[in-house]
Amino acid sequence: MTNSAGSPKDITRRQMLRRIGLTALVAGPAGSMLSACATGGGGSDATPTAASSAAATSAANPFGVKADAALEVVIFKGGLGDSYATDVHEPLYKKEFPGATVKHVATQQIAQTLQPRFASGDVPDFIANSGSDLMDNGALQTEGQLLDLTALFEAPSIDDPSKKIKDTLIPGTVESGLIAGKPYILNYVSSGYGLWYNAKLFQEKGWAAPKTFDEFKTLCETIKKAGLTPYAYAGKNASYYQYWMILITAAKVEGNQVLLDIDNLADGAWTKDSVKQSAAAWAEIGKFMDKSYEGLIHTEVQTRQNQDKIAFYPSGSWLENEQKSNTPATFEYAVTPTPSLTSADKMPFEAIRSAAGEPYIIPAKAKNTAGALEYARIMLSKEGAKGFTEKSGSLTVVSGAAEGLSLSPGLKSVNDALTAAGANIVTYSSFENWYKELETELRKQTNSLMFGRISADEFCANMQKKADSVKADSSITKQNRTV
Amino acid sequence: MRHGDVGGAGRLASNKMRKYGFIFSFLVIPVVLYAIFVISPYAQAFYISLTNWRGISANPQFVGLENFTRLLSDDVFWAAVRHHALLLIAMPLITIAIALFFSFLLNLGGGSKGGRMSGVAGSKFYRVVYFFPQVLAVAVVGVLFQAIYRPDATGVLNGLLGIFHIGEVGWLINTNLALWSIMGVVIWQSVGFYVVLFSAGMSAIPSDVFEAAALDGAGRFRLFFSITLPLIWDTIQVGWVYLGIAAFDCFALVQVLSVDRGGPDNATTVLPLEIWRTAFTFSKFGYASAMGVALFFLTITFAALSLRVTRRERIEL
Repeated sequence: MTNSAGSPKDITRRQMLRRIGLTALVAGPAGSMLSACATGGGGSDATPTAASSAAATSAANPFGVKADAALEVVIFKGGLGDSYATDVHEPLYKKEFPGATVKHVATQQIAQTLQPRFASGDVPDFIANSGSDLMDNGALQTEGQLLDLTALFEAPSIDDPSKKIKDTLIPGTVESGLIAGKPYILNYVSSGYGLWYNAKLFQEKGWAAPKTFDEFKTLCETIKKAGLTPYAYAGKNASYYQYWMILITAAKVEGNQVLLDIDNLADGAWTKDSVKQSAAAWAEIGKFMDKSYEGLIHTEVQTRQNQDKIAFYPSGSWLENEQKSNTPATFEYAVTPTPSLTSADKMPFEAIRSAAGEPYIIPAKAKNTAGALEYARIMLSKEGAKGFTEKSGSLTVVSGAAEGLSLSPGLKSVNDALTAAGANIVTYSSFENWYKELETELRKQTNSLMFGRISADEFCANMQKKADSVKADSSITKQNRTV
Repeated sequence: MRHGDVGGAGRLASNKMRKYGFIFSFLVIPVVLYAIFVISPYAQAFYISLTNWRGISANPQFVGLENFTRLLSDDVFWAAVRHHALLLIAMPLITIAIALFFSFLLNLGGGSKGGRMSGVAGSKFYRVVYFFPQVLAVAVVGVLFQAIYRPDATGVLNGLLGIFHIGEVGWLINTNLALWSIMGVVIWQSVGFYVVLFSAGMSAIPSDVFEAAALDGAGRFRLFFSITLPLIWDTIQVGWVYLGIAAFDCFALVQVLSVDRGGPDNATTVLPLEIWRTAFTFSKFGYASAMGVALFFLTITFAALSLRVTRRERIEL
C-alpha cells in the first residue's frame, strides 16, 4: 500500500516539474512562430483597406479622408531634420482633422525599420524614403507596394482649388517620380547642384568662379600656390557628390540625352565620347585633391572647407543648412555651375543640375491611404512648403513658395543660378533609385578615377560592363524614361 | 497479493514514460527555441537562396541554382572570399603568436622562484590591461580607430609619424594596406581574450613538470617550445577555431572603417558586408541568401578541417 509511488512530497515535486514542462510545450508560441517565417507571412490577405475607411469626397476633402482615422508618418531624420513634419505638416493635418491621431516616427534607417513591416503587411501611411539606407522604390513598385499618386497630382490645390496640384509645381517634378510610366514618388525638395565656395574668401583673394575647365585648372594652380587644396570631395561616404559632377559635365557636352541613355541602360551609354571627355577632365581636377580625402567623410571635408582649407566642394543646396553650426562669420556659401568643357558644348555654362529630390511615398497597403494623400496635399500647399523651407532651409518643388521669405546667402545663390539657367536644366538621374547596384559601382569607380587608380577609358569600360550586367540580370525589373 | 504484482509490465512502461517524460520536458524548451531561432532561419535561407525573392512580396519565385551560378562569375564575391582566406591564415597566426608570447611572459617568463614558476614583474597589472580592448564594444572600437587611422595629419598614427617627419600613410585608403589595417584592429581587440585563455591553460600545467625540465637545464625557449606548447595544444586549437570563425565575420569593423563600405576598389570587402549590401541595398534577398549559404559551407568546412588537421596525440598528465 504505502510503497506504491514514494512519498507524497516526491510525487508533487515531479508532477510540478512535469506540469511546468508541459505547460511550456502547450502554451509556447512554437507553432505560430515557426509558421511566421520570412516569406510565409502576411501579404496576400492584406488587400488595401482604404476603401472601407473612406468618407465621402468633397471639394475640400478630395480623397474622402475619414476624420478620425489614425495616420502614421515615418520621417527620415537626416540633413533636413524632422521638425518640418512635427511643427508644420502634422499640425496642419491635425487642424484639418482634429479627431485624428498622428503618429510620428523619426528614423535614420528607413530600410531596417520598414523592410520587415512591408514583408508582414503592417505598413505606415506616409514615408520619407530618404537617406543612405532608403528602400529601393523600384523594387517596392514592382511588388505592388506603392500607391499610384496620380490622384494626388490631379487633385485641386489647397491655395487655388481651380488649379490642379501638378500645375502648381516646378516643371519636371511629377516626371521625376515616374516608375513604369506612373507617378509613384513625390519628390518634394528642389535642389540645385554645383561647385560651392566661400564668396567672401574669393572676393578677398580676387578669384572668380571659372567658366571653362581651362580656367578651372588655371585657378586651381593659383589656389594651390595660395596654400589651399583647390578641390575636394569625401571619398569615404560621399563619392556620389563627385559622380554628379561627372554626369553634369557629360550632359553639358552632349545634352540630357546621355543621362537618359544611362538611365535606360542603352548599349554603350557609358562609353560615349561625352562621358569619356567628362571623366578625363574631372580626373585632371582630381590631381589637385589630397589623397587623404578618400578616407574622410563628408562632414569632415565640409568642415575643412569652412576653415578655408578647401576652395571648391561639389554638393547640392542642402550644404549650407547642413554646415550651419560650423560656418564662421567669414564664410559665405555661394554656388557656381560646373565649368564648360568644350566650345561645342550643347548646353551653356549657366546650365545647372536642378532636381526634385527627397522621395516621399505612400504604401499601397497602408491603412489610411486617403489621409496620406491629404497629408501630401498639405505638404504641397504654399503654407506647407513655406514652413518646410523655414524649418529645413531647403527649397521645395512648389512654385513661388519661397516668395517673401528672406533667403540665406547660399539659398539665394542657388535661386540666382536657377534664374540664370532658365530652361537649361541638366536633368536628374533615375538609375540612382532604379538600379542601386549600378549606383554602388559608380561610387567605387568614381573614387578610383578621381584618386588616380584608373584612367577615364577604364572608368567608362568598367561602368559599361556593370550596366550590361544589370541589363542582363533577369531579377531586376527594367525601367524606362523618355523625359 | 499486493496489487503491485498485478500490473508489473504496465508499471514498468509507466516508469519509463515518467523518466523520459521528465527529461523530455526539460529538453523541449531549449530545443524548440533552437529550432525557431537557429534551425528555421537556416532552413529558410537555403530555400530563399533558390528564389529571386526581393524581400518585399510574400511570393518569391523559384529559380533553381541560378543564384549560385551567378556567384561563380561575381568579382566582388571572389574578392570577399580571397579576403577571408587571407584573414583566415594571417589573423589567427598573428593573434595566437602574440597572445602566446604575452601569456608566457605573464605566467612563466619570470623564471623559477622557490620552486614556483612566476611571470615577469607587474604581470598582474598587464593581465588587466591586455583585457581592456576586449571589453569595448566593436562599434566603439570602430569609431576609435577612425580617429587613429584618419588619413591626414589629424589622424593619431599619422600625427605620431609626423613628429618623426615621416609622410602620411593612407592606412585605409591604400588598397594594399587597407585590409591589413582592419586586421590590425581585430588582432588588437582579440589578443587580450587569448592571453587570458592561454594563461588559464598554462596555470593548469603542474609545476613539477617545469621543475623537472629546469633541473635538466632547459632554458626559457626550451621550456616554451618543448613543455608549454605541447601541454596547452588543446587550448590553442580551440583558440584557432574561434579566430577562424571570427575571420569569417569582420562585418562591423569593415562597415565602419573602410572607404565606401568595403573599398577602396573592393580592397576590404567581406562576405557578411556583401550579403548585407545585396539584401538591404540591392533588395536581392535571394542572391544574398545564396552568399549566406556559401558562407555557411565555408565556415563549416573550415571548422571541420581545422579540428582534423590540428588533431594530435593528447598528452596525459
